[in-house]
Amino acid sequence: MMKPDMSALETHFGAPAGEDCGLLFDVDDSSMPAMEFPNCPNFDRFQAKTKDMVKNKRGTTTLAFIFDRGVIVAADSRASMGGYISSQTVRKIIEINPYMLGTMAGGAADCQFWHRNLGTKCRLHELANKRRISVTGASKLLANILYSYRGMGLSIGTMIAGWDEKGPGLYYVDSEGARLKGNRFSVGSGSLYAYGILDEGYRFKMSIEEAGELARRAIYHATFRDGASGGCVSVYHVGPDGWTKLSGDDVGELHFQYYPVQKTPVEQEMVDASPSTA
Amino acid sequence: MARYDRAITVFSPDGHLFQVEYALEAVRKGNAVVGIRGIDIVVLAVEKKSTPKLQDSRSVRKIARLDTHIALACAGLKADARVLINRARIECQSHRLTVEDPVTVEYITRYIAGLQQKYTQSGGVRPFGLSTLIVGFDPYTEKPALYQTDPSGTFSAWKANATGRNSNSMREYLEKNYKETSGKETIKLAIRALLEVVESGGKNIEIAVMTQKDGLRELEESEIDEYVAEIEAEKAAAEAAKKGAAKET
Repeated sequence: MMKPDMSALETHFGAPAGEDCGLLFDVDDSSMPAMEFPNCPNFDRFQAKTKDMVKNKRGTTTLAFIFDRGVIVAADSRASMGGYISSQTVRKIIEINPYMLGTMAGGAADCQFWHRNLGTKCRLHELANKRRISVTGASKLLANILYSYRGMGLSIGTMIAGWDEKGPGLYYVDSEGARLKGNRFSVGSGSLYAYGILDEGYRFKMSIEEAGELARRAIYHATFRDGASGGCVSVYHVGPDGWTKLSGDDVGELHFQYYPVQKTPVEQEMVDASPSTA
Repeated sequence: MARYDRAITVFSPDGHLFQVEYALEAVRKGNAVVGIRGIDIVVLAVEKKSTPKLQDSRSVRKIARLDTHIALACAGLKADARVLINRARIECQSHRLTVEDPVTVEYITRYIAGLQQKYTQSGGVRPFGLSTLIVGFDPYTEKPALYQTDPSGTFSAWKANATGRNSNSMREYLEKNYKETSGKETIKLAIRALLEVVESGGKNIEIAVMTQKDGLRELEESEIDEYVAEIEAEKAAAEAAKKGAAKET
């Protein structure tokens, strides 16, 4: 366990001007107090400890699945800091390049930064090799980077979805270093609820509209039950020509679309009765 | 001039890097190598200088496999070749590990050429004294490819090329006689080019053939002898036809 080198924080002010410019002689310690540095026994692990304390539960719902016509990627848009909703308009689907998408779950800054970094690496690969990088390759690049930061407090649970020469591709990559290939994934605190709807309604052969609607409903139900998910549902589709955004709907409005207000029997009788009374 | 040829990192006043040019001289003393790209096949043919009686010739393989779909032959300093081939093999596997895909021929050529260039721009090292011919099939497009690198670190793609001893005469022959061929015709073209500068016979030629389906295959001595016999017969027939035509006029 290395102790960090604090010598730069010791002050050397107060030396006579001109002679040595205050660099060599440590004169007059009492004129300015040295800065206190917080006690940090394990320099490399302190961010990991913070992460354990905060216990990032990945307050979000994101999902992605492969079907007949490509990949559907959907996410909510709420960001929470404990019980405080810090934003209802977060873009959790990150556009790595015109044919690859990544989803955000966990630390927002971590996800955004590393996805942008992945986009840079993918572009450099294209320029060097005169061909697009495969989804396999891109997810592997990201997974290797995250593995090298393992234990240092990154919090990322992402899905890389894209279309390459082998067809549609979907990988789950997280900050623990896991990288899984699959056909259906949901990540985040609301993923349990989303899986319920997604697994029940999933069929390989679906039209793009049906698949988008399935994703939308799954995210909606997750936002209904999970406090850390909400805002709007964004649904994207990745096809052979790249991704397109299918829809972005406010969850409140979706609720009344799926469950329109039913008049109670008493109210209904009153409505029926009123025109006949004189 | 003599002052500018010691250190690799010093240009001469007229723009030469003498150490690199001397490395090319070393290549010109190496064994002859021919590489031909056919429609669906690639062939490497290497001159086998006479092996001493007590040497186990199997330990002196001149054509190296870099991966299941890429092979390399070189002319020049064999010890340098061993080092370069090992680094290339590691890079092939490292690429498979990081992007889960085999290398393309262009990628590994670029890597080898980059390595050769690095050693022309560092202190205290000398350039690799070899030129390589790299053949293989692109794993995606399944097209055959042939590339050449040299001690300066440049590389380019070729339809057919030769390096090593008397490479100029072989290249001239190829320029005159190259056609897009496949299968046996490509093998025979390679042998014919090599026979321009090498003594005829199966024990003086080493040939490796690569196809998309079957990968790399080294030909047996007996097979090579058969091809050589065919070629000699064709040559004799052509000579006789010429003489016959000359007599008639």
